[in-house]
Amino acid sequence: MQSSLTAGQGRLFCVHTRQKEGNAVRDDSIQVQENKGYGGASIQIQHLNKTFGAGPDQVQALGDINLDIRPGEIFGIIGLSGAGKSTLVRCMNLLERPTSGRVLVEGKDITQLSIRELRRARQSISMIFQSFNLLMQRTALENICFPLELAGMKGSQAREKARGLLKLVGLAERENAYPAQLSGGQKQRVAIARALATDPKVLLCDEATSALDPSTTQSILELLKELNQKLGVTMVVITHQMNVIEAICHRVAILDGGVVAEEGNVTEIFANPRSAIGRQFVYPDGVQIPKLTSSKVVRVVFNGGSSYEPLIASLAIDCGVKVNILGADTRNIDGKAFGSMLLGLPKDLGEANKALRYLRGQADITVEEVPADA
Amino acid sequence: MLEALSAFWAEYGTILLQGTRDTLIMTFVATILAYILGVPIGVFVVITQPHGIWPNRFINRVLGWIVNIGRSIPFIILMILVMGFTKFLVGTKLGIRGATPPLVISAAPFIARMVETSLMEVDAGVVEAAQSMGASVPQIVRKVYLPEAKPSLILGASISTITILAYTAMAGAIGAGGLGDLAIRYGYHRGVDSMLWATVILIIILVQIIQSVFSWLSTKMDKRLR
Repeated sequence: MQSSLTAGQGRLFCVHTRQKEGNAVRDDSIQVQENKGYGGASIQIQHLNKTFGAGPDQVQALGDINLDIRPGEIFGIIGLSGAGKSTLVRCMNLLERPTSGRVLVEGKDITQLSIRELRRARQSISMIFQSFNLLMQRTALENICFPLELAGMKGSQAREKARGLLKLVGLAERENAYPAQLSGGQKQRVAIARALATDPKVLLCDEATSALDPSTTQSILELLKELNQKLGVTMVVITHQMNVIEAICHRVAILDGGVVAEEGNVTEIFANPRSAIGRQFVYPDGVQIPKLTSSKVVRVVFNGGSSYEPLIASLAIDCGVKVNILGADTRNIDGKAFGSMLLGLPKDLGEANKALRYLRGQADITVEEVPADA
Repeated sequence: MLEALSAFWAEYGTILLQGTRDTLIMTFVATILAYILGVPIGVFVVITQPHGIWPNRFINRVLGWIVNIGRSIPFIILMILVMGFTKFLVGTKLGIRGATPPLVISAAPFIARMVETSLMEVDAGVVEAAQSMGASVPQIVRKVYLPEAKPSLILGASISTITILAYTAMAGAIGAGGLGDLAIRYGYHRGVDSMLWATVILIIILVQIIQSVFSWLSTKMDKRLR
């Protein structure tokens, strides 16, 4: 078991990275040594509880959490601030110790490991953070060497590996830059490279894009998605932004008040959120779906196609169908529309279906009907 | 004026140079030794805190007491208090050798506090990141706390060094030698005002040089300022 949590040597593969920020290198095609240890690990959380404090000041942060995260998937955990999501992700590498319950990584309960074993296991459970947490007195390259030094790798070998990782995240030319000289997105790229240095099987992302602007967020999310596909590393993505979940996650758990309110495939949750908190996340601000059931409601998701205003206008012009915008949470990123909109279709069924067909025919748009009982 | 200066220098120049040399030796030897004692204390105070990387309430309390007691005894009294120990340790109560043990004992708790303050400035997130990578407690101290706090530690060292320089002047009162000794013997007991002023000017110059060098070093080493 010990050996399966650590990494060995393996085959080569190719990664293309694209980057939208400054100092961009486009389509930087490079080769990186893959390790046998690569590929994701499963994570099972079983009956996990976490309380802080004691006596009357005691606060239950997490209550009976059960999650089954599959190898190689991107699993999202979303919640409002204070929902316990950061505590939960910290239980997956024991930065926080659960009060009770089990945390199985590749079937092994990490809460039972000795300190030495835990330190070793942590080399295959990497983490990136909202505030990047780079060593400010080290260059980008030296930051990536840091976990390798901890693992006892020789300097020259570590630097060589770190250079490969910098290329992987599209920052090859900034190896001698200090964090203070890098933009937020670049810092997070260095942090991602650093997290990947020990060939982890799990990458925990704690609000990794929350400190970044929307276009940088997109590029970091693309990078994470790409790394997940190329390396097969299991990712746990903590966020309070639904668009992050939508962009990269396969499955999602919605956390509310320290308990899992709802869990499932991202597409299913988006189509039919069952919990109150789920609806709050999926539907744009302040929309009360139950009051809108007099006509058919659809949720339109913009995946980076043209702006949303022409869509509604052209719907009216091309089909002669007028729709109500019940709510919208869209962002214009580099001239492209991202986000979602809730549209009330006409009561006339024929008109409604016409509009639906038109919307479904548009590129870069996903249309989902919102069930009447939602 | 010039003649008066050269006459003064002819009479006191040698002993002023000697005094400056003694002050510098006492200051730097005591500073280095006090750092050897003070840095580990400061490090342990930080890591044994309740939310530190190696929580230990007992060690934290004991070190806290030691530092507070050490800091609350005025140097001039501590010097007399530890005289027996000084004699035992270095074989004399006088001169540079005799002044060094009380200087170190007095400065170490002060330095421990300076080090503690500097280490507390290190971003907790960076420490957490190191923990998440499987770093051990000694690795975090050596590779995170100390290097990340380096610019702040260097600025702290300038304050510590200047404080110890001031202590050496007090040590002069009980026969330690150095510029403080000259000021007391010539300036106070013999009423040579020019000697009093000469020692003051020399001390001001020393302090200025020490401060400038450390500040320059700290700025040069801080990779955040770019």
